[in-house]
Amino acid sequence: MDIVFQFGPVFKRMDLIIDGVTMTIQVALLSTFLGFLIGIICARIRIEGSKKAKFVVACYVEFIRNTPFLVQLFMFAFGLPQFVALLGFNIRPSPYYLAIIALSINLGAYSTEIIRAGLEAIPKSQIEAAQGLALTPFQIFSRISLPPAIAKVYPALSSQFILHMLGTSVISTISVQELTLSAGRIQSETFRAFESYFIVTAIYFALAIAFRIIFKLAARFALPWLHKTTNRS
Amino acid sequence: MSIIKINNLSKSFGNLEVLYNISFELEAGESLVLLGRSGSGKSTLLRCLNGLERVNTGDITVAGHKMDYESSKLRLLRNDVGIVFQQYNLFPHLTVAANIALAPRLVRKVSKSDALTLAKEVLGQVGLLEKIDAYPSQLSGGQQQRVAIARSLAMKPKVMLFDEVTSALDPELTGEVLDVMEKLAKSGMAMVVVTHEMAFAKKVSDRVIFLHNGRITETGNPDEIFSSPKTPEFKTFLGAVG
Amino acid sequence: MRSFGLNEIWYMLQATQWTLYLSILTFVLGGSVGFFIALARCSRSRLLRAISGLYIQIFQSTPLLMQLFLIFFGLSLIGFRLPVLVAGSIALTFWASAFLGEIWRGCIEAVPEQQTEAADSLALTPWQQLRYVILPQASKIALPPTIGFFVQIIKNTSLTSIIGVTELMRASTNMNNATFEPMKVLAVASLIYFATCYPLSLISRKLENKLNVDH
Repeated sequence: MDIVFQFGPVFKRMDLIIDGVTMTIQVALLSTFLGFLIGIICARIRIEGSKKAKFVVACYVEFIRNTPFLVQLFMFAFGLPQFVALLGFNIRPSPYYLAIIALSINLGAYSTEIIRAGLEAIPKSQIEAAQGLALTPFQIFSRISLPPAIAKVYPALSSQFILHMLGTSVISTISVQELTLSAGRIQSETFRAFESYFIVTAIYFALAIAFRIIFKLAARFALPWLHKTTNRS
Repeated sequence: MSIIKINNLSKSFGNLEVLYNISFELEAGESLVLLGRSGSGKSTLLRCLNGLERVNTGDITVAGHKMDYESSKLRLLRNDVGIVFQQYNLFPHLTVAANIALAPRLVRKVSKSDALTLAKEVLGQVGLLEKIDAYPSQLSGGQQQRVAIARSLAMKPKVMLFDEVTSALDPELTGEVLDVMEKLAKSGMAMVVVTHEMAFAKKVSDRVIFLHNGRITETGNPDEIFSSPKTPEFKTFLGAVG
Repeated sequence: MRSFGLNEIWYMLQATQWTLYLSILTFVLGGSVGFFIALARCSRSRLLRAISGLYIQIFQSTPLLMQLFLIFFGLSLIGFRLPVLVAGSIALTFWASAFLGEIWRGCIEAVPEQQTEAADSLALTPWQQLRYVILPQASKIALPPTIGFFVQIIKNTSLTSIIGVTELMRASTNMNNATFEPMKVLAVASLIYFATCYPLSLISRKLENKLNVDH
């Protein structure tokens, strides 16, 4: 039996693929920004919050980390509109926004744990030095604790971003027009399912590699103090 | 006018009493050395002076601020009281200039250019102007400690606290740090110094307090206290440190 | 229209069986392949290291959903009309083997170099070194992250619902379509997942803390 691969028809719909890539990157970056923000806030609460607040954050983190993202996504996609309707509002949030919310909240839980580990590694004496200089608790957190903490867990955060970016393919299930859905549309037009998904998979692969390189380079520019340990005199 | 006034200070960690009924005063411009074996409570006493440790009883007044652990009042006090630690505690992610400029900019709201001028001024005082753009990891221990002193000086403190600042340094590097402290004392900065450097205590300080088991066991000016120790504890201590 | 009641919950619980079977199958098959991937990653042969490295890179740098689609459509392209359950298991196995291979590589490398040197000087063969010196120590380190990854496997079996495997996620979607009660259905689904995954996460963390204290 002959297997004939036909990539030609797929390449004819390059426009769809480019739209998909754009949307995937956009969704990944936006939800990562929000997710890391949630992570930073929740990590701070887990370190120095009140008992109640710590408990609430722990519940959030454990719930997200121990249920599939697909369930969380459907909760926001189908559950949230139902909930909003129950409250008497007549709004239908678009799948795009629902996906961003679900992705951010999901990443927020994972990054909380990563950033917390970084914060726990900051020596107490650093904080005392900052207290001795009369800095406020917020200044101490944002200027003294957080930057070295982030630097410490930078590799973990970068891999989390890659996993997260790849994970955005799941939002195709609620019809967000990203890369995976582009493949779905192309295969339904061309009937070349394998070829469509093959090309799109290759693009995800390239994106992952590209982002890894970007993160390595970014570290050199953004974290110069990690690399300058030579020429002591 | 006394710059530090301590009255009946006591502190315990749980059941363990670490400081008991401490009272002393320090005049502006004076430098005081706290001596004692490890565990005698001298570092704890020093940390009580800027509120890093909380006392159980007693009154503390430093640089005109009565000790109040409410956070904004505590910051007002720390505004006027510099502290330097054994582990230099420079902020690793900031250059020397940024380490020094941070608190003046955030706390005193000094402008960026004024903060830089200030950084240059205090770095000149500790003799490290050429390291202004270096990161802490590029400096030797002695240099880091001098930058830490400069960082405190940039806040224009009325009192400086030194907590065993040479103990983590290699012996050949302690000299440069002690020199800076001596110059500072001579310029009339009030300071409290916890140290094991007897030479510094003898040569620089105006007054010495010897702590034993959390109590002031002996106190006086260095000339008399070192030549004629009164208590057996202080005699033993002097014998041990040479 | 059906309402969401005990019968519906029972249907979902029965589908949970398939989530568990699929998870265990993935773990066993993926673990077997992953074991050799890890060994290849740590081998002295440059070629083996490069090949296994590329294998890990490919599966860690593409979405699991795409891997599922490619296996699903790829197999049918070459003429295999396999049940979705088989296609799903194969894709999950590939994916899990790459991740477990990478996790276990880290554990093998965490065993100090001196151990190999000591075993070497006792004239043990490479295989004996691995069997009696390295693996016993590495497996102790490996236990917490391996259990942690098993939780990932359970959660990710939910993606097979997209190609039509009737496990818990698919059953939930079916129930939602029948009852139009997404909140209730998804609440039950997430509770079942949570009840399955959370104890494993706890065990993993306990073991890890114990390991950190011991060392």
